[in-house]
Amino acid sequence: MFLQQLINGITIGSTYALVAIGYSMVFGVLELINFANGSVYMLGGYLTLMLYTGLVGSFGLSFGLGLLLTALVGYTIDRFGLRRLREKKVPKIAGLITTLGFSQIIENAVRIFFGSETKPYPNMLDFGQVTFGNVTITSSQVIILMISILLMLLTSVTVYRTKMGKAMLAVSQSQEASQLMGINVNGIISLTFMISSILAAIAGTLVGMYYQNIDASMGASVGMKALASAVLGGVGVLPGAMVGGVLMGIFETLGASYISSGYRDAISFAILIIVILFKPSGLFGRKQINKV
Amino acid sequence: MNKIFEFCAWHSGKLTVGALALAIVFPFVFTSSYVLRIAITVLMYIVLSLSLNLLVGFLGQMSMGHAAFWGIGAYTAAILSTRLNLSSLGTFLAAMVVAGLFGLLLGLPVLKLKGYYLTVVTLGFCEIVRLVELNWMDLTRGSLGIAAIPPLNFFGQIFKSSRSVYFVALVLVVLAVYVVHSIINSRVGLAVMSIRDDDVAAASIGIPVFRYKVMVFIVAGMLAGLAGAFYAHYISFIDPSGFTTSASLDLVILAIFGGQGSIPGAILGTTLLTVLPETMRSLMEYRQMIYGVIIVVMMLVKPDGLLGRVNFKYIRQRLQMKAEKEAKA
Repeated sequence: MFLQQLINGITIGSTYALVAIGYSMVFGVLELINFANGSVYMLGGYLTLMLYTGLVGSFGLSFGLGLLLTALVGYTIDRFGLRRLREKKVPKIAGLITTLGFSQIIENAVRIFFGSETKPYPNMLDFGQVTFGNVTITSSQVIILMISILLMLLTSVTVYRTKMGKAMLAVSQSQEASQLMGINVNGIISLTFMISSILAAIAGTLVGMYYQNIDASMGASVGMKALASAVLGGVGVLPGAMVGGVLMGIFETLGASYISSGYRDAISFAILIIVILFKPSGLFGRKQINKV
Repeated sequence: MNKIFEFCAWHSGKLTVGALALAIVFPFVFTSSYVLRIAITVLMYIVLSLSLNLLVGFLGQMSMGHAAFWGIGAYTAAILSTRLNLSSLGTFLAAMVVAGLFGLLLGLPVLKLKGYYLTVVTLGFCEIVRLVELNWMDLTRGSLGIAAIPPLNFFGQIFKSSRSVYFVALVLVVLAVYVVHSIINSRVGLAVMSIRDDDVAAASIGIPVFRYKVMVFIVAGMLAGLAGAFYAHYISFIDPSGFTTSASLDLVILAIFGGQGSIPGAILGTTLLTVLPETMRSLMEYRQMIYGVIIVVMMLVKPDGLLGRVNFKYIRQRLQMKAEKEAKA
């Protein structure tokens, strides 16, 4: 029972981690919570499904197209919403409101064009299951976990090992200084948005297949949990976001099965609040020094 | 534009009286219950956005769990009036006290946090409160909600017609404006704004940062609780689905749209954003999407909000000095 719940928790937690990385990356470069990320997650799931059932026959192709389109949406949010605000050097809160507006647009656009009812989702990852004693592991769980780990590794390598990642880290330190060093700051920020959107879209598709259904309101709650995961691990630190996401998934499933299923989310948020109170910069975050 | 602002600043007293007079005459001119219902909703949201503006605009604490206080107020009023048959005065006071206590409860541990950590904790707080409302069947009847909440009644008088409810809401708005205005224009208000600009610097010149932060949290919670109690009596049915985190985010939009730290801005912004979707009723489902577009465009055009950077006090002082100079010459 415990082991089973642990495995379920890690599976769902790894998808939270993918969305959490997006929050963390955008926060890292812009010091902004991208509230549209949850909606992009939902949109990613929808686009794959709609392309698959409506236009393209092959799942792989529609998945790829879906990712491209969500990356475009992520780019749009930055290019037409946030870049202008950066140029005007306005308070950060304006950017936050802009992402809230985009989230509203995306969510309602999905409702209008794809319908607001819960839709069945084909599970392409189902190749049977393995049972050890009283623990059952499905192939979907294994594949989701593998894809998530692979993506986490890929993102970490990109951010910490490549020149592009170095540019990202530089932008997160100081935009002006990076610009002076010849870094294309706007390009890097757009790229960050695209990567975070792609990760969210992959997570949305995986979760859609895992639960075998999808609805337009799923973005809000997952977005919030992923944001909480990013903060739990320490905002702006990628390994933190990953560990935070997996922990959040584990808390949630264990809390639901051992304490009360109605209070599932409340338990994970209560743990988050307690952790933040004792360690205000998150599990892996560096302590911030306030200068005046 | 500047001319308009100068005019507003110079005649701010007269304009306030004029706006109030308009608000009083309003329900006698527009008698349709549909218009009045929108007007009442606008007034209630003004109380909410003013209280949140106190936290976000004046104290600079990005709270994203304000709907929790609203819900706590609404549930307190609903439970007390359906079970104990308390009059509205009693439920209003109780709602304020309970919501204020929760403000203290959230404020005390949270206020040493900053920025996004605070934001996430307030989000979590809102979610926890909603889940308690949803799961504590004995007290709140869970997702069934509390129905048949008695209408507003003060001193044996029942306020049931739209017009009388409208006036109760108007009184609440006046009260909220008065409270926020007198806090902002006092010594405490200056201290609060100095905390917003830099809390370390404020602490170093002897401002009790923590005490004022907690105080503002409590006052903001109380005002939101008041709005909640009003809502419960007015709508007569409440369930937890109204007090979600997305409701909190909507409140943040209302509070910021008009301009951070501006009372007329909060009133103007809230009115616009509540009335606009109603005027677009014919567009049906596109309404919510257009709402999002309006927010994004607005932030592009005027990122500080409608009246964000407009300091009426300063404009007035400048005009006064100019007038004095001209008088001398």
